[in-house]
Amino acid sequence: MAEIVRVRVWRGGAEGQFQAFEVPRRANQTVLDLVTWVQREADPTLAYRFACRVGMCGSCAMTVNGRPRWTCRTHVERVERDGGVEIAPLRSLPVIRDLACDMTVFFEKWQGARGRFAPSQTRRDPLPAIKPEAPARQEADAGIECINCAVCYAACDVVARKPDYLGPAALNRAWTLANDGRDSEREEILTRVWRDGGAFDCHSHGSCAEHCPVGLEPTRAIAGLKRLALGGAKRLPK
Amino acid sequence: MERHLYILQRVTAAIMAPFVMIHLAVIFYALGGGLTASEILGRTRGDPAWAAFYGLFVLALATHAPIGLRAVLREWTPWRGPSLAAVLLAFGLLLLALGLRAVAAVVLP
Repeated sequence: MAEIVRVRVWRGGAEGQFQAFEVPRRANQTVLDLVTWVQREADPTLAYRFACRVGMCGSCAMTVNGRPRWTCRTHVERVERDGGVEIAPLRSLPVIRDLACDMTVFFEKWQGARGRFAPSQTRRDPLPAIKPEAPARQEADAGIECINCAVCYAACDVVARKPDYLGPAALNRAWTLANDGRDSEREEILTRVWRDGGAFDCHSHGSCAEHCPVGLEPTRAIAGLKRLALGGAKRLPK
Repeated sequence: MERHLYILQRVTAAIMAPFVMIHLAVIFYALGGGLTASEILGRTRGDPAWAAFYGLFVLALATHAPIGLRAVLREWTPWRGPSLAAVLLAFGLLLLALGLRAVAAVVLP
């Protein structure tokens, strides 16, 4: 195996070009390691975003050889093509500079789907009993480990074509809240996800589930929201 | 609005799925059995069952197609508002008129 990895990194904003670097190969090297090497050793002006480096924070997602990935947990040897790796910012989000995207619209859509917990009780009430084996709780559990990395959002072709579509992450979050018996604003969630730009826009291509780095299935969550529209909303937990 | 259109489209799809199969089976039966046009019309004319079957088929299709076209147009173009609604309504009514005319020709005595 060659001693170097040939890396092409996006430079600029919406308009720009790829810049080539030769990065020394290391054992167990991740794509984030490549970017960090470029920034530290070759060009300190390279803009990119990361924080935890262990797949928890969701900051470091980029387009790697054409596919959205979490770069801190993506090994170079798994994704390189002909000894090279092409690294670009995520699709469907405005590029600030180089590999850093503006995530504002992603989080606005998260809120657009009413993606925050609204408590139904106060701190003086007794803790509600949530049965882990209850079907609604299991539906919620299946989707709550989202790390907000926007990989699904960048992978979604509907997002790419229809800018007001809320996208897989926001709708997945809405689904987990709709199935949370402690949430007090379920009507509001359903109103929002049944609007134009909501769950009905999903084509069920499954690209979000295919690319989700933590193995969630937003397609399944969105299908659940569609099912609720056909009359299943009464089965949600009180 | 979106929810009602979604439900309408799913319901009409559920109606059309078996109807398409029956329609195809009828075509194969009629052609494979060597029925002439007058023999086919002899069976369908004045039969309320065929009138109901194809009448409902046309109604489901004329409802289903404009909703689907609306989804495609709203995803691929910025077209929204009353002009889009009017064009889709006209498209649905055209399908309905053409379809019912064909049904009438086959089932009216």
